[in-house]
Amino acid sequence: MKVNKNIAISESGFIFNPGTGDSFSTNAMGQEIIRMLNEGKTREEITDFILSRYEVEKGILEKDLGDYFFMLGTYHIVQNG
Amino acid sequence: MLPYERPIITRYNPGITNKFGSRVDYFPFTQIDGVPVKRIIDEYGSPCFVLSERTIRDTYRNALRAFSTRYPKVQFAWSYKTNYLNAVCQVFHQEGAWAEVVSMFEYQKALQNGVSGDQILFNGPDKTADDLRTALHNNSLIHIDHFDELYLLSEIVREGGKKARVAIRINMDTGVYPQWDRFGFNYENETAWEAVQKIMGQPNMILTGLHCHIGTYMLSTRAYHLAATKLAQLALKIKSQYGHRIAYIDIGGGFASGNTLKGSYLQGSDVIPTMDDYAEAITTALLGSGIPTTELPYLYLEAGRALIDDAGYLLGSVVAIKRLSDGRRATIMDFGVNLLFTSFWYDHRITPAQEFSRHTEDMVVYGPLCMNIDVVRENISLPLLNRGDQVVVHRVGAYNMTQWMQFISMRPNVVMIDREGGVHLIRERETVDTLNQQERTPAHLRANPQQ
Ligand SMILES: Cc1ncc(COP(=O)(O)O)c(C=O)c1O
Repeated sequence: MKVNKNIAISESGFIFNPGTGDSFSTNAMGQEIIRMLNEGKTREEITDFILSRYEVEKGILEKDLGDYFFMLGTYHIVQNG
Repeated sequence: MLPYERPIITRYNPGITNKFGSRVDYFPFTQIDGVPVKRIIDEYGSPCFVLSERTIRDTYRNALRAFSTRYPKVQFAWSYKTNYLNAVCQVFHQEGAWAEVVSMFEYQKALQNGVSGDQILFNGPDKTADDLRTALHNNSLIHIDHFDELYLLSEIVREGGKKARVAIRINMDTGVYPQWDRFGFNYENETAWEAVQKIMGQPNMILTGLHCHIGTYMLSTRAYHLAATKLAQLALKIKSQYGHRIAYIDIGGGFASGNTLKGSYLQGSDVIPTMDDYAEAITTALLGSGIPTTELPYLYLEAGRALIDDAGYLLGSVVAIKRLSDGRRATIMDFGVNLLFTSFWYDHRITPAQEFSRHTEDMVVYGPLCMNIDVVRENISLPLLNRGDQVVVHRVGAYNMTQWMQFISMRPNVVMIDREGGVHLIRERETVDTLNQQERTPAHLRANPQQ
């Protein structure tokens, strides 16, 4: 999964897609995930990283990540592959 | 380890009015009258209705003040159908309210609550001959709804020596659409006058009052001004034609509560008239009607929702979070339209009962029933919720605890918080035994012949 080129993300979690003109806001956890995607990390690596640092059960995290990636796709912020 | 928050992303829609309601609560609602929400749920379960005795009394006293500082003779009658839990009724009766009922079981409840028969206003289109006999026997005020009831009552008063104290319910054009012309006798087409003439011709009926109830959640104080004016004119006409003085004018209920009507962009509490506004409209109409000051009738009021909505809360919990196929977030609660009948009319305010971050999500809020109509909020913006989180639904005191249905899940506990912060169970949750108690299974259909 790759973050689309041109997507701008500010430090406060503001996201802008110049291709579509849409803007979004994401929370701190979302920012961290997008940062890791930008670094080329895989879904497994992201999961392991969050589990090692945050108080969350694996099952819940996987459900939340699945949902978050689905929304990133819906909003054309990421591309699969 | 760091605290975790579910990742979310929300799209901005610049320039478009936010259909998810503008106001998001910034603080969790953790206690009611000083009692922690969590403690109530731990002790009484989720969901659970909570009533604040303090709010009931404060609301009632404010309404009484608004009217009695403007008009010399004011009497409230608690509208039982709005919430007839005995503890609630008793708070109103302790404050001085009489009872307004629309059925025999409400009537019996009022008597059992210690209300004297002559302080019960008996409304409704469906009073049986026995109901009328009981009301006559107890000297109650019988509000006649239609000619069939008038004829029935005139037969009944012929049976015995007692005189019936009656009022007629009148419907009229108050500039409000749709006009409620289904109940009572019409003012403009003279049906009301015809009813007056028939009653004045009955030696065993005393025309004591004139009644109307022009609608519910009425945002127009002008409609009340018109209604009060028309009833006062009718009272004057009766005085001039028969020399008979009407003892009271009953303006009914219908004052709005602070809830927000579905689909309204404006918050209810920002647009509804205050109790003082209603009182001003009604009392100025009566005082300016031309009725001599010494002969002013009593003003009776049957306000329901405006007196109890704010005092009621529904506590509940998140059952599940889902994503719908169109991408919308859906939150499933352990309460639905089975307990919150008023979610068909209102966009109820819902507040989380625990700390949350500044991020919010737009969502649909569903109840737990397996049916499509079970929608508590079609769209609302709330902080991130997780399974097990607790929420408080506000202003649910009116009609929910009388129109709730036992379907798929049972009616939950109802508690009242007294003025010292004591929590009292005022209606126990129903169980499978509550249901089975009423059922009779024929012997050949029983699983266990000993049953
Ligand atoms: C005759 C009568 N009086 C009073 C009420 C109370 O109305 P509200 O709750 O709108 O004040 C009703 C409600 O339907 C009613 O029918």
